[in-house]
Amino acid sequence: MPDKITIRRLSAFFGENRALNDINLGIAERQITAIIGPSGCGKSTLVRCLNRMHEMVPGATVEGEVVLDRESIYGADVDPVGIRRRIGMVFQKPTPFPTMSIEENVAAGLKLNGSLPARRELDKIVERSLRQAALWDEVKDILNRPGASLSGGQQQRLCVARALTVQPEVLLLDEPCAALDPVSTARLEEVLLELGARYTIVIVTHNLQQAARVSNSTAFLYNGELIEFGDTNKIFTNPAHRETEDYVTGRFG
Amino acid sequence: MENSLPQHTNRQYEEELRGLRISLLKMGGLVERQIADAVDSLVSRDSDEASAVIARDAEVNRMDIDIDAMCIRLLALRQPAAGDLRFITTGLKINYDLERIGDLAVNICERVLELNQEPLVKPYIDIPRIASIAESMVKDSLDAFLRGDCDLAEAVIERDDQVDHLNGQIFRELLSYMAEDRETISRGTRILFISKNLERIADHASNIAEMVVFMVKGKTIRHMDRSKR
Amino acid sequence: MNPTEASRGHATWRRRKNSLLMGGTVAATVITLAPLFLILGYLLSKGFSSLNLNFFLRMPKPVSEPGGGMANAIVGTFELIAIAGLIGVPIGIGAGLYLAERGRQGIAPAARFAADVLTGIPSIVVGVFAYAVVVRPMGGFSALAGGVALAIIMIPLVARTTEEMVALVPRELREAALALGVPHWRTTLSVVLPTALGGILTGIILAVARVAGETAPLLFTSFGNRFWSTAIGQPIASLTVQVYTYAISPFEDWQRQAWAGALVLTAIVLGLELAVRWLARNRVRFPR
Repeated sequence: MPDKITIRRLSAFFGENRALNDINLGIAERQITAIIGPSGCGKSTLVRCLNRMHEMVPGATVEGEVVLDRESIYGADVDPVGIRRRIGMVFQKPTPFPTMSIEENVAAGLKLNGSLPARRELDKIVERSLRQAALWDEVKDILNRPGASLSGGQQQRLCVARALTVQPEVLLLDEPCAALDPVSTARLEEVLLELGARYTIVIVTHNLQQAARVSNSTAFLYNGELIEFGDTNKIFTNPAHRETEDYVTGRFG
Repeated sequence: MENSLPQHTNRQYEEELRGLRISLLKMGGLVERQIADAVDSLVSRDSDEASAVIARDAEVNRMDIDIDAMCIRLLALRQPAAGDLRFITTGLKINYDLERIGDLAVNICERVLELNQEPLVKPYIDIPRIASIAESMVKDSLDAFLRGDCDLAEAVIERDDQVDHLNGQIFRELLSYMAEDRETISRGTRILFISKNLERIADHASNIAEMVVFMVKGKTIRHMDRSKR
Repeated sequence: MNPTEASRGHATWRRRKNSLLMGGTVAATVITLAPLFLILGYLLSKGFSSLNLNFFLRMPKPVSEPGGGMANAIVGTFELIAIAGLIGVPIGIGAGLYLAERGRQGIAPAARFAADVLTGIPSIVVGVFAYAVVVRPMGGFSALAGGVALAIIMIPLVARTTEEMVALVPRELREAALALGVPHWRTTLSVVLPTALGGILTGIILAVARVAGETAPLLFTSFGNRFWSTAIGQPIASLTVQVYTYAISPFEDWQRQAWAGALVLTAIVLGLELAVRWLARNRVRFPR
């Protein structure tokens, strides 16, 4: 199967500072790819280049190419807003919109894009998103409560549901479990594993065991460079590069 | 093992891994001595020495249990990966092989005790030879483990053929003795058992060597044809 | 003295020092609050007796005729605030949004500085400016001119509060909306602004409370009116100016009404401040 996203010679800058150097990577379709590496290695920057959020920082620039299916997302006539509807993102801190109810949060992507469907259709869409995020049973009777009234783990699953409503093809997650306790983490990982059959998922994590549990392929970044990329099992039992070995066995720093 | 790798950030983990390696080597040393003493007790017809070997097996078994516990603890608490994981799983297997070698040495001594009740069938020539190879295989496989030396490990595996060959030779020779003189059958079979045990010891040493290759290269060569390794 | 006795002595001295300092800070607090209560008390004692239905419903009567009221002034104050709000609030929010978005880029730092300077300009100078810019071209005093003057005072207050409240909205909230494929302007209007609305409202009410009590800028813009008038193009009465006019007059009746007017004015301002407190209680909670 051809890769869903192909990254070619990608370099990212914050003004003069080079955060990513010549990254070449293929993200397989309908698989979970993990990106690991020590703090400051550029993993968040990398995923932000995939949905064109990196350039929202003043002075941030990108060189190289990122191809989604067959078109470059950095093409001259490509609308970043459109890209972000095809490539969704869930962040480290759960951020339900505080002025909206749970239901409104889930539908926010549609509402704020002006494509809110009729009531019946909307209810179905909301239920589907919440079911995919394994949150439906917990909130089906309290859809009108404010989004912020849920627990941390539930809020994060709400954010996943919200991201899924616009039916993206790719879902990016930047350390989604960093603020969650182990039980909530396990639940969210379970959601990701189930979503993996239908969506292409890229997850940034500093938790090695999470990468090992959840992903099919793992990419190891260090100092803005891609050191190694391969089958997760291989990375954790017999990596090819010394730096990878040092990192996964806890010999860094 | 590789001392050139940087240290683990967690010092205690580094210590625990070092402790495991030292324990394995200690057990290896003890087992090597057991084999040497067992063969010596046969050749010098020394029943006291044989009894001492049998008694010392308790210590081998104790080390087996301790090393097992160490490995399991490391697996549970440290979530080892890559090289560390291969090292620890190799440790578990070597532990098993060493313990079996210890048992085989005990078996030899039990046969020795029985043999020493009766006169020699013939002077022992081939048995010491096969024993010497088996002993050197055990020693070299443990050296290979200590230094992470794949070439040495491969050399050990090669020698296994010699042992098999010698064992067959001893078998044919003793069979002809026993066919000629029925009085020698009970002694002859006991010597056969001893030869077989030494051949088994060589097999276990070979297993250890194969695990060393896995530990260093991440390649499993067990049950593979020679040509494919 | 044994060690136990010595330490007990120390403890007593420490306690005394504590009480002394506490007493000092309590005294300072009392002195700070005293003027407020003294003013309120004075106003109440002097003005309350003159408060009657007449005061709220009647028009000012000629001198020496008892029974006049400040109906037109009360309505006038509200109308002036309304005009000022209609002009000042949208401009202030808009400017605040711009400042929050731009941060340190472009003309934002200069604009921020200008806004801060504007809040410090004496209100009478603002009044003179409005005179030159509205009254002169129009050829006369008007409610509009008064509203403009008050708006000029309101704008930097609303802008700075808006900027601060919008900046308080977590960056992650904006990013989450952007990541959904929502365009930037829509994110600001539909996600950031509603989230900051509680705080912005507070800022607006505080600005209103401030301009409700202004007198100087109204003196030569809205000027004042003894008759009933709500026309924008005509001079209009306001509580502050009316209180001023009556207070400096030699007529006892008028002076009494001045006290009453001052009391009503203070009550309005106090009421607005209390409303702000009540609103802040219901402030939107950001997810932890």
